[in-house]
Parts: sequence; structure tokens; C-alpha cells
Amino acid sequence: MVAGLPWLIGTVVDTRQETATARTLVFDVPGWTGHLPGQHVDLRLTADDGYSTQRSYSMGAPADGTRVELTVQRVIDGEVSPYLTDEVRAGDQLELRGPIGGWFVWRPSVTDPVLLIAGGSGVVPLMAMLRAHTLSGSTAPLTLLYSVRTPADVLYAAELDAMSGRHQDVDVRILYSREKPAGIERKPQRLGSDDVLGAGWRPRPDSRVYICGPTGFVEAAANLLVLHGQPESTVRTERFGPTGR
Amino acid sequence: MDVLDDDLHVDGNAALGPFAEFLGVDVSASTLCCAGCGTANPLAATVVYDRGPGMVVRCPHCGDALARLVRTPADVWLDLRGATAWRIPMPDTSLPGR
Amino acid sequence: MAIVSRGFHGRRDAAAADLPPGQYLTRDFPVLAAGPTPRIRLENWRFSIVDEHGRTHEWTWQDLLALPSERPTVDLHCVTKWSKLQTTWEGVSLDTLFAAVDTSAAYALVTAYGGYTTNLPMADLRDGKAWIVHRYDGKDLAPEHGGPARLLVPHLYLWKSAKWVQSIRLSNQDVQGFWESVGYHNYGDPWREQRYAGD
Repeated sequence: MVAGLPWLIGTVVDTRQETATARTLVFDVPGWTGHLPGQHVDLRLTADDGYSTQRSYSMGAPADGTRVELTVQRVIDGEVSPYLTDEVRAGDQLELRGPIGGWFVWRPSVTDPVLLIAGGSGVVPLMAMLRAHTLSGSTAPLTLLYSVRTPADVLYAAELDAMSGRHQDVDVRILYSREKPAGIERKPQRLGSDDVLGAGWRPRPDSRVYICGPTGFVEAAANLLVLHGQPESTVRTERFGPTGR
Repeated sequence: MDVLDDDLHVDGNAALGPFAEFLGVDVSASTLCCAGCGTANPLAATVVYDRGPGMVVRCPHCGDALARLVRTPADVWLDLRGATAWRIPMPDTSLPGR
Repeated sequence: MAIVSRGFHGRRDAAAADLPPGQYLTRDFPVLAAGPTPRIRLENWRFSIVDEHGRTHEWTWQDLLALPSERPTVDLHCVTKWSKLQTTWEGVSLDTLFAAVDTSAAYALVTAYGGYTTNLPMADLRDGKAWIVHRYDGKDLAPEHGGPARLLVPHLYLWKSAKWVQSIRLSNQDVQGFWESVGYHNYGDPWREQRYAGD
């Protein structure tokens, strides 16, 4: 009997460049038994002299047989992310274990309104939720507030645009914090009350909130919502640490 | 004690992989009762420091260390002296078909 | 048995120099944490040595700065495998501080602001082996690296060099500290690769 959560071997079957500094890796993982939107995996990398290190990455797509998708944002001076965004190629094998996390998950069977708040690469697990929402035909009202620095940093830009346009219960708002594209009125700034209220959100005990991103971003956003009256128990958070690794 | 705001911490989601490795169960819905201040905290809401020789799970209310987890090549060491109890939801075996 | 990740090297320098076994050279200065970074105002800062009879010797920040200081250049070896060579510090030797203390105790338990603890034999704090340092690389020691002052004991793994050092309690009993009581080696000599209990 295998104790606990074993390491599985994933083979990279496809890669997709999302932005100049972020890439999606698609793995085939024999033995994978599926996962829920919002869950993550631990990835283990081993150099040929035995040096080894691990990182956690959220899955960006809902369950699909033995297929696991991770979207990795390259962190400047990162030890692991540049390897994943620049070096890894189809055919490579990496070790991963999962799925991990039963709390920061959204199930398509839930009909409550959902507010998703993403800071930078924190959008990845929320994208899994959004894609699951679309695939399942759910009519639960869903709003994504996605804070990024510049237009060049937006992950899944075309897909988010299409989702927002095509589904009347999905509302996606990109909020720029450093530099905005032409044609957008909102001046670049951090997520604030106006953004939340302006998206039509009002505090209600039957809605669910998921916030993911760097620690500072998540804590500020969670505090903002709770300050506005959203019950703390309805707010689920996942903090990435300082660099969104 | 006065502390500086830092980005060095994450939350209990980071502890799930290491715990799942040796326990084999998903402890994301579990609750740790703090020996220091008495509050019951969902693991996912705890403050976790995982950039160090080991992982430290701290109470979000009083900051005390609820648990320490160290993974050596041969063992997992788990210190729970900062928690009076750890409550982990399990399937209800009293129901038929379980 | 882990599989090798093709093309992965990690953030390490190839040149091994004179490193303890299993260590890798780093050029940055990683910040490791077991808890939040304390904010300590200098007017409230105190460092104390409590001897085996319970007598307390205490220094204020002014007291510390008035003592003869040294500028050791030392190599750092962290149990998480990174080493940083030729780091420069400024501080007061523990020999200077112990000159005021009448003790025959064998062991020391170091406590830091924030509650972190680590233990080591008294002999490893004396004879030029340890300092209370408050400057690093020509500048005041930053809070994330242990400022205003930390213990520096470079011949042992860096977890023994307690950041935000607050007191040292002397005793004839060895009491294990924060990491020693949960799987790390009681002594921690990097040259004998004493990382974990039982090594």
C-alpha cells in the first residue's frame, strides 16, 4: 500500500507561451485520478548531482483524464521558474504529486454567486474554476477581478475576453496597477473599493469569494471585502508568498 | 510583540502537500486548536512559514507556533506542542455503504 | 528514487571552492524565517546573559556600542545547503561579554525576540568563535537578516546564529532549541555534515 501522496512522473506533451514571461506546461501523468478546480501540485526537480528542490504550482485547467496543466510565471532570479519557462520542452519528464488542497476549490455543482480576485499569477487556479464553470454550463454568476501590472502581463487574455463576451453570467475585469492600455479610463492603481463595488458586487452571506496571489495582495483584498461586510467564512484565500512563486 | 509586515509567509494551503505525504489524507478542512490563545483555526487560514529548515504553522490570532514539520531524508518530524488538539474531518462510517 | 530533471541545475555556482560536504555556493543572501520579523526599537533593545545561578547581566544598545568591537569576515553555511563566503560583519565578541560573567556552565540556550531558540555548548561561544553583530556588509544589519543584532557562530550551521538575539541562558543542562527538538542535529558541525538528529 502506498503511504500518503506519492510522487508521479509527468511527461510534458505540450507547451503554450502565454506572455513573454509565462508559459503553460501540459503534462500527461499516468496514475492521475483527477482533481478539482483550485487545487495545486508540488513539483520536484532534481539535478544530476542529486541536488533537489520543490515548488507548488496551481493547475490552470479542470480535470481531463491524465492531463495536468500548469501555468508558470517567470520570476526574476527565480531558481525554478526560469527553468520551467525557458528550458523545459515536450518529452521532458518531471515529478509531481497531487492533487493537493480541498479547501481552495470550487465545484460546478455549487450555484452560489462567485467573486474571484487574482493578483498576477494568482489567476491560475481561478482560471481552472472559470474554465470548469464554462465547461459545465453553470449559470452561477461569476465575476473575476484580475489585477496585473501592465497589459503585457495578462495571462489567458484572449480566452478571458471570449468568456466574458460569450457568457452573460461571467464578468471579467482586468485592473492595471502600473500601466494601462489606450482606451481604458481607470487610472493604474491597486485594487480598491471602487473596483469591487463598481463590478456590481455587494456583500452577501451566500456568495463565495476566492482570492489568490502574492501574500500582500491577498491580505489587502481579503481585508477590503471583510471591511465591506463580506462574512470572513465565505472568503477563501491562497497566498503565494512574496514573488508569486 | 511588534512585528514588521512581511511577505515571507504563506497560508495553510502550503502545508497540505507535506502533510498529505505522510498522512495520506487531505487535511485542508482540519482545525488546529491553539494552546496559547485557545482559538480553533482552519488549517488553510493559518500563517505558514515555509522558507526555512522546516515548516512552521502559526496561529493567525496570537502568532504562536501551532505545529512544526521537518522533512529529513529518512523521517518526518512533527511537533504539535503548540496545539491542544487537531481535528480532521473523516467520512462518517456510521452511514450505510461506508 | 527521484528522477533527474533534464537541464536543471538550480541556483548554484559550479566552482565548489572549499565548501563543507553537500553545500552549494550562493551569491545572494537568502532570507529564511520561522516566524514574522520582529520590530525592535533601539531604546527598548536589551541583551542579557543569565548565568547558572540565575544572575542576570544586561546590556542596552548604548552599552553594546560602547564595548570594543571587531569586524569578523566569515563564511556562512546554512543547513538548507547554501553557503555564502567571506561575509563581513561588525559586532562584539562573546568573549568580551562573558568577561563580565562568572560562570562554569557547560551549555547555553539562546533566545531571540519572537521566541526562537537554539542551544549550543558554552565552549562554542568562547575563544573568538562567536559575536553579537549589528552591522553587515558595511551597513546596519537589516531586520530580515536579524537586525538590530543577531548572534553569529559561523563554525556551526547558520540556524545556531540566532537572528534578533535577546538572551543567553547558561546551564549545566543541555536544553534543545526550536529546530534541535524537531529533527535537526543537536550540535550542527557543517564539516561533519551534522544536519539531522542521528547524523
